[in-house]
Amino acid sequence: MTEGTTGARVAFAAIVACWICGTAAASDAYEPPRTPSGQPDFNGIWQAMNEANWGLEARDAAAGPVIELGAAYAEPPSLGYVAGGKIPYQEWALEQRDENYAKRLELDPEIKCYLPGVPRATYMPHPFQVIQSDEHIMLLYRYRSAVRTVYMKDHQPAPAPSWMGWSNGWFEGDTLVIETTGFNGLTWFDRAGNFHSENLRVIERFTHLSDDALRYEATIIDPQVFTRSWTISMPLYRRLEENAELLEFKCVPFVEDLIYGDLAKQEE
Amino acid sequence: MSHPSIVRGAVALACLLAGAQVGAQAPAENGEYEVPRTPYGHPDLQGFWTNASFTPVERPEALGEKAFYTDEELDQIIEQGVARGFEQTEPGTVADVHYDFSQFGLTRGQDGFVRNLRTSIIVDPPNGRIPPMTADGEARAAARAQARRENPQTDRVQNMGLATRCIIWGANPPLMPIGYNSNLQIVQSEDHVMILVEMMQDARVIPLDGRAPLPDEIRQWKGASRGYWDGDTLVITTANFTGDTAFRGASEHLVVTERLTRVSDDRILYQFPVDDPHTWVRPWSGEYPMEKTVGPIFESACHEHNYGVRNTLAGARAEEQRQREAAAQGR
Repeated sequence: MTEGTTGARVAFAAIVACWICGTAAASDAYEPPRTPSGQPDFNGIWQAMNEANWGLEARDAAAGPVIELGAAYAEPPSLGYVAGGKIPYQEWALEQRDENYAKRLELDPEIKCYLPGVPRATYMPHPFQVIQSDEHIMLLYRYRSAVRTVYMKDHQPAPAPSWMGWSNGWFEGDTLVIETTGFNGLTWFDRAGNFHSENLRVIERFTHLSDDALRYEATIIDPQVFTRSWTISMPLYRRLEENAELLEFKCVPFVEDLIYGDLAKQEE
Repeated sequence: MSHPSIVRGAVALACLLAGAQVGAQAPAENGEYEVPRTPYGHPDLQGFWTNASFTPVERPEALGEKAFYTDEELDQIIEQGVARGFEQTEPGTVADVHYDFSQFGLTRGQDGFVRNLRTSIIVDPPNGRIPPMTADGEARAAARAQARRENPQTDRVQNMGLATRCIIWGANPPLMPIGYNSNLQIVQSEDHVMILVEMMQDARVIPLDGRAPLPDEIRQWKGASRGYWDGDTLVITTANFTGDTAFRGASEHLVVTERLTRVSDDRILYQFPVDDPHTWVRPWSGEYPMEKTVGPIFESACHEHNYGVRNTLAGARAEEQRQREAAAQGR
């Protein structure tokens, strides 16, 4: 046996050993499901299971705004979802938020079946479905049939103000990052009256925690309303029912008497 | 109005003026076409498509069984249709106040359309017309007509049409060309196809995983769809409609089968047999080509900005008040 061959064998053994230890190390790290093009695969039906839509900040349980609905529509307690606890409102905006809360039955866009905006759509008490291709990731929300097209290629600025904004997306490692701009300033963040202006910019980050759970983060940037940017985070869960399907929740007919009833012809 | 409308319009007009609309070929499609594939190996139907058209759903009776126009005949129909879109409505009339689509780049001459030599979208029966209704179907149609007479639209919002109320328009299968915003987007994953309809921005999600139909008691405006691949054709069966969806007077027993076949880079052939023994004496079927267009599909916040309903009702109440006052003065 020549010295050269021995050297080669040692090197080979070392490579095999490293490959084995490398595999062991890699198996500790979670590997998300992937699309054929190698991107993390977010296809499926997801839902937040929390109190974020009631209010993003920590809050005590409270009576609901409609006496007749009693405990069924009472407001549940929550540890909150905002990093650092409080939303950094400018002084005037905090007063506005409190006024919004006081008048929530009248002003909350959800009451009127209006499009929910971003990030609220993602943590409403309704599931949403992801249909993912390399070019477009569709976020299809059950509530109000709200739709977002996330442009993964061919990024463009928002062409016009809208309720759901304009979303450009990209991957950072295995995290899906979505930047959304072009809002019309008419949506809220929750039922507690938290709000923003038309200058809102939202950066969302979706990362697999497991095949059936995602970490969801959203950074809110709106210098017109807040003293600095702020971030919320929460898990999202896969709807595991074998027959899970996004059923229709066309809520317009449910609010027509509320919105137009005052103008209906009165019986003479 | 929307940028893509202007872009689409410019393209359509340029094509029209050049006399070279895309896809001017006769409906017999090239059998040799190699259908592009998604990364999952399925036929790739993805992208932005329009089904805007000057082709009527039903064939004018005078044409009998003439199923196709000549190119010259179609040119004339398109020319007249495009011109109609630019006609100014009469100032001071309801039509003029309501909409002048040409101001917003929304006429088919501006927004684009698909050239189709067929004289009707309906291809079966051979006369290109919806078959007669069953006694059942006629009775329901009569009841609806009576309800409309007895419940004027101006009395309450629930008396108005589904489109006026921003409930549904264009997304319930079969997908029919509509007057404007007649565009859609298709995105495919391994086991789902999404069809997003621009009018009222309404998305259909079609599972391809062989799952069971929805239980009979679940009724949806757009029905519930189940799909599969038949060779290179996407076949979608939709049932579980609400009775109020009432496509062309159909009942909740309507079953729509859609067949989408990519026949060229620019075209999808869309075929749709419909069957509802509670409404028509026989099944019938239509087809038309969809054509590649440019995106995006825009948000349609119809309900959020539905000033039309408020103004209509407020106007009717004001008129009633005026009449009461006039009557009181007359006494």
